[in-house]
Amino acid sequence: MARIDLNEIKHSYRPNPTSEDDFALKRIHTVWEDGGAYALLGPSGCGKTTMLNIISGLLKPSHGSIHYDGVDVSDMQPEERNIAQVFQFPVLYDTMTVYDNLAFPLRNRGVNKTDVDNRVREIADALDLTDDLGKRAANLSADAKQKISLGRGLVRSDVAAILFDEPLTVIDPHLKWELRRKLKEIHKEFKITMIYVTHDQVEAMTFADKIVVMYEGEIVQMGTPEELFEEPEHTFVGYFIGSPGMNFFECTVDGSSAKIGDAIVPLDQATADKAKAAGGSLKLGIRPMYVGVHEENVENGVPAEVSSVEDQGYCKIITCKFNGSEIKARIKDNRKIPTGTCWLTFPKDKTKLYSNERLVRTGGDNE
Amino acid sequence: MNKWENNKAWFLVLPVFVIVAFSAIIPLMTVVNYSVQDIFGPGQRFFVGVEWFREVLLDERLHDALFKQLSFSTLVLLIEMPLGIGIGLMMPKKGWTSSACLVILALPLLIPWNVIGTIWIIFTRPDIGLFGAFINATGIPFDHTASGVDAWITLMLMEVWHWTPLVALLAYAGLRAIPEAFYQAAKIDGASSWAIFKYIQLPKLRGVMTIALLLRFMDSFLIYAEPFVLTGGGPGNSTTFLSIYLVKIAVGQFDLGPAAAFSLIYFLIVLLFCWLFYNALQAAGTGDKS
Repeated sequence: MARIDLNEIKHSYRPNPTSEDDFALKRIHTVWEDGGAYALLGPSGCGKTTMLNIISGLLKPSHGSIHYDGVDVSDMQPEERNIAQVFQFPVLYDTMTVYDNLAFPLRNRGVNKTDVDNRVREIADALDLTDDLGKRAANLSADAKQKISLGRGLVRSDVAAILFDEPLTVIDPHLKWELRRKLKEIHKEFKITMIYVTHDQVEAMTFADKIVVMYEGEIVQMGTPEELFEEPEHTFVGYFIGSPGMNFFECTVDGSSAKIGDAIVPLDQATADKAKAAGGSLKLGIRPMYVGVHEENVENGVPAEVSSVEDQGYCKIITCKFNGSEIKARIKDNRKIPTGTCWLTFPKDKTKLYSNERLVRTGGDNE
Repeated sequence: MNKWENNKAWFLVLPVFVIVAFSAIIPLMTVVNYSVQDIFGPGQRFFVGVEWFREVLLDERLHDALFKQLSFSTLVLLIEMPLGIGIGLMMPKKGWTSSACLVILALPLLIPWNVIGTIWIIFTRPDIGLFGAFINATGIPFDHTASGVDAWITLMLMEVWHWTPLVALLAYAGLRAIPEAFYQAAKIDGASSWAIFKYIQLPKLRGVMTIALLLRFMDSFLIYAEPFVLTGGGPGNSTTFLSIYLVKIAVGQFDLGPAAAFSLIYFLIVLLFCWLFYNALQAAGTGDKS
């Protein structure tokens, strides 16, 4: 169990990187607190796995250093770092029994027989593998195999952290829930630092206390699920988190309101001032659930054309044509759906402004 | 649907049937024809039943040849398989060195059998051969034309040199097919390189190595050109393997009846081993060892 510090990490798979684009990881400088449950969320190819492999030591970063509890481990091999990692596809030692598979990491480290036995049985019990302990691992189903891989990650009680690289990809949906809950339980019980890579936001939100969103080799936001939802610090976070994602429009700020094409959206004065000061290319963002939809013209309403309605059961998603682009709004099921022209309102406290894709902060913590 | 209506489909199988008939069935039946008759001339043929089979099966020299054949195949496989896997493990994984290794390894496989024999005759000649002269110069007498042991050593060197590359290439391909995650997981688990070999590489190679074993066994079991070119089965009968002995009976002594019976028995032995290996292969494929 350890606190993990990543110090100015940069990594390129090319031998002589010249431009920013050659870097798979651009600049990572972050801290993973001891005992935290983190999810590393991002689209394919954003550098999640690279980062994980750097933490575990399978990959040596081009720049920067890694510290476990203050000790520099940058030059250590994975086995010296004492870390566990679970991969996307089940990795098994085919010729061994389930028991031997689970015991393998312990035996390699010379743990004595009784401790191995106790620990293996404890983990097998936690993962419901007790009945399969004597079976040959190669003949089990895909999800049992992945459970064994998970078990091999969990079996060492003294690891600095356990890293999961999209471990539930091959698992059936209902088992996914169960295994994720199991992982959470194990986290609660043993208080091991866990880092969980995924591209599925639901998975990230149900597993982690803190979510780290990565985009094109950078960490764009680290926060609780609520923070990610309410205050996306980057347009990508707004777009990636939530379903459907945040609406974004290019805009200009004039006085205390934003202009999106012909439409004028009032903002609070502080936000407008900060946005003007920040400059750059400005975007206005709002979550679909906060967009107000009205059948009649209301104060500060902007007109839009309803183009389609999607029924999601508990709510409806309305897609409107708005100033040449699309806007999505989420409304409760029992409300009447306007057809043709409707009026939209943007609540001031839920309307965010972005300068060069970064959030224009209105609170006191703006730098 | 009435199944008789579908009988036209048989005409579509006819071309294949004709081809197989000419390539396999008719020649084989000719052999069967010879094996049950004693033929003196075009008009003088007598049906002898299983006489030739009995004679061949009781032939001491055939037992001897079969024993030699099996010993040769076993010894050669015992060397080729581990050596091939070893080379496969040592080969560079990427870059131009990897391509260079592949090309160099493939070279012996491209040389015709009889040329290989000729190369090795010269190479091992005690007077002018690099290998033979060198061994003799160290004080150890070496002459494959005089000593049966030396002839065997030469043949085995030839066979190993010629065919280990095939095993190595197959092993290399098998090793490349192991996903990187296995090695990464092993690293995380703290496995030694021996453990990686024993628990990851060897089990993953089982399928492809069964194929290598099958190919190499069949080929070495049917070896003809090399001993024929080297010493013609000698010195004495020391390298008279099954195929050499068969040709001696058929072409040398013109005993077509016994030779045909011999051929059929040889064919059945090969078929038997094919079946055994095929089953082993299937079992390896499904991962059921027991």
